[in-house]
Amino acid sequence: MTTPTIRNAFGAWTALWFAAVLGLVPAQAQWQPNRPVEFIIPAGTGGGADLMARTIQGIVTKHSLMKTPMVVINKAGGAGGEGFLDMKSSRNNPHKIVITLSNLFTTPLATGIPFNWKDLTPVAMLALDEFVLWVNAETPYKSAKDYIEAIKKAPPGQFKMGGTGSRQEDQIITVAIEKSTGVKFTYIPFRGGGEVAVQLVGNHVDSTVNNPNEAVAQWRGGKVRPLCVFDGKPLPYNEVIVDKLSWNSIPTCKSQGLNMEYLMLRGIFMAPGATPDQVNFYVDLFKKVRETPEWQKLMQDGAFNQSFMTGAEYVKWVTTEEQRHRDLMAEAGFLAK
Amino acid sequence: MEEIGNLIQGFATVLEPFNIGVMIIGIVLGVIIGVLPGLGGANGVAILLPLTFSMSPTSAIIMLSCIYWGALFGGAITSVLFNIPGEPWSVATTFDGHPMAQQGKAGEALTAAFTSSFVGALFAVIVITLVAPLVARFALKFGAAEKFGVYFLAFCSFVGLSKEPAFKTVVAMMIGFALAAVGLDHMTGQLRLTFGFTELLPGFDFLIAVIGLFGIGEILLTMEEGLRFKGQSANINLRVVLQTWMELPRYWATSIRSCIIGCWMGITPAGATPASFMSYGIAKRMSPRGKNFGKGEIEGVVAPETAAHAAGTSALLPMLSLGVPGSPTAAVLLGGLLIWGLQPGPLLFVEQKEFVWGLIASMYLGNIVGLIIVLTCVPILAAMLRIPFPVIAPIILVLCAIGAYTVHNNPFDVIMMLVFGVLGYVLKKCDYPLAPLVLALVLGDKAEEAFRQALLGSQGSLTVFWSNGLVGSIMLLGLIALFWPTIQNGLARLRPRRAV
Repeated sequence: MTTPTIRNAFGAWTALWFAAVLGLVPAQAQWQPNRPVEFIIPAGTGGGADLMARTIQGIVTKHSLMKTPMVVINKAGGAGGEGFLDMKSSRNNPHKIVITLSNLFTTPLATGIPFNWKDLTPVAMLALDEFVLWVNAETPYKSAKDYIEAIKKAPPGQFKMGGTGSRQEDQIITVAIEKSTGVKFTYIPFRGGGEVAVQLVGNHVDSTVNNPNEAVAQWRGGKVRPLCVFDGKPLPYNEVIVDKLSWNSIPTCKSQGLNMEYLMLRGIFMAPGATPDQVNFYVDLFKKVRETPEWQKLMQDGAFNQSFMTGAEYVKWVTTEEQRHRDLMAEAGFLAK
Repeated sequence: MEEIGNLIQGFATVLEPFNIGVMIIGIVLGVIIGVLPGLGGANGVAILLPLTFSMSPTSAIIMLSCIYWGALFGGAITSVLFNIPGEPWSVATTFDGHPMAQQGKAGEALTAAFTSSFVGALFAVIVITLVAPLVARFALKFGAAEKFGVYFLAFCSFVGLSKEPAFKTVVAMMIGFALAAVGLDHMTGQLRLTFGFTELLPGFDFLIAVIGLFGIGEILLTMEEGLRFKGQSANINLRVVLQTWMELPRYWATSIRSCIIGCWMGITPAGATPASFMSYGIAKRMSPRGKNFGKGEIEGVVAPETAAHAAGTSALLPMLSLGVPGSPTAAVLLGGLLIWGLQPGPLLFVEQKEFVWGLIASMYLGNIVGLIIVLTCVPILAAMLRIPFPVIAPIILVLCAIGAYTVHNNPFDVIMMLVFGVLGYVLKKCDYPLAPLVLALVLGDKAEEAFRQALLGSQGSLTVFWSNGLVGSIMLLGLIALFWPTIQNGLARLRPRRAV
């Protein structure tokens, strides 16, 4: 009677051992942080990435999604290069994650610092941030077509486009608009999206390509007007914002003759050398974060594209985007020599 | 009059026991944060932000803004006692505050600093209460050219401040500009002066430079001079507070001028640091006691502290009404507002009345509570100078190192702090003034950016700086301030002739 039991037990052990080696056993997969997790923001306080990271920190704290605290740290120096290099040098530290924006690609390409996203471990895409072409509400331009026509009539460079940073997403979009329509802007870089929005309200620049959440307050206040969105299809948010208009009523730029689509990554990466179960912990964590009402509200307020990707799909997306940024920046002459 | 009614409702909200409780906690935490060098108001508010997620938005903003007031008060403490500015805007407070402490008048200096802070804040809150919408519209007029004008004015009104030869002032200022240029050039997106060292990527942080130049430099000097603090005989009873209060009304002109400078700089938004420098520079020019500035003149404490606090307070106005933060701390508060589901912007005053007026009421009460708390601490703080130097110096060193580390969580910054300490010591031994260096470091890259943004917009034409009445008059004021000694000489020469 005992022999089969022993054999069974032996069999079970062998199976378990194999399973453990393959990483299939739940007990093995449940890696948990055992000290505070540092959440690096490669951008300054008050910007879009900062807001998202701090909201996540608030959600994780409020819903007790993690046993150890999450600490948010801004490392904005060198257009985020400081934060990325810090991540790169934190090999095998599973208690450090970074939220990215397009500077994941643009900063190394424009400055030549020794960093590439492949130095990090991809975790998940949380969302994509949209870009909208805005003009001051006092101007007569009702559509992107009107606006482009007006620029064509003026001498080149007379119209000023305000944007965040230099050789970054806002300027890349500006160059792409120039390429597709043949107009010429004077691009003026500022430090942050909020500052750019106010420069537009004060009529110090003629247009901006602010993210929705950077300009929504001024839109609601009737100070600025959206002309088109740089996405393939109109935004899905139908909630009325001002004068019966919603995010959904903004036409795509493509339909207005501006052949440009651009979305910005809001994604999470870990330091180099993270193991699959450590990655899985964070993937699960962010899945839980996405289910909370606070996250839904953030998505709606900022009219985000709610794509969520992990694993190979995410890697593939990032690889394609890197190549696209390289092409766009090479075309605009923005690559570091 | 609608504002008054709203404000009274705001007071009713703030006077709930829970809200008074969070107010006191906030002030105390803020003072501690302000005292620790490096751990500024912005960092402190950011760290404590998650604590407030479970509160109602009104209680949360009361707590966070009180941390901010506390930090504004606290920044002056170490400036006066140890010549270490706890916050960037208290650098100018060290110029006269620390000499006062060395003469045994630490209590007076602290009382003057706290009281002027309070006056500045109160003035700014009254401005916010009465003319909020008007002021917000004024802030919108500021484009790149106007901003450069403000920085230009700050530099001009400061030149000639030091008693050292003009050559040394210019050298120190140029070192500051060179240091400010290191790192990423925001206008072209390329790296400058980093020579391939990735450690230099973020540039030289102003806070680390200040902690090193002032804090470490001061300790090195004290070590050389015999391991003891001057000014151990400080008066340490509460009577000092009353005596100083008797004296303060004499400086009403400086106070009012500093209040106006502070509000203006906070709204534009240039911020509290240039406001404090500018106010100090102008007070030195205008005051009959200007010659004594830098030797321990109480007016030299009143001017920067009033302006810094007025600017720090009024910086919240553009944040609320435009969504543009006037200071780093305001930027973090802005993030908080969004997390609590409030959208700052033109409609906040209309849609979220209870919140906005609760916040404004808490500015009044928070500053009163803050003043009482810090004033009762004056004797204790002044007594800190009696601790023997060999005991307190290592503590200060450790606090400075922690402070430098917390700025970016970067160990390299601690090394930079020590390098700046040695630089500060050398410059002081050679009689080079540190203030112009610090001013250039903190405003250099901002002024450069505004200058280049303005020129980009005007397609390279310098006339943009005289293109409208606003920027033209700011630039003219700057030029007058710059050449004031020459103008004064000229006027003095004209006068006798007229008499003839």
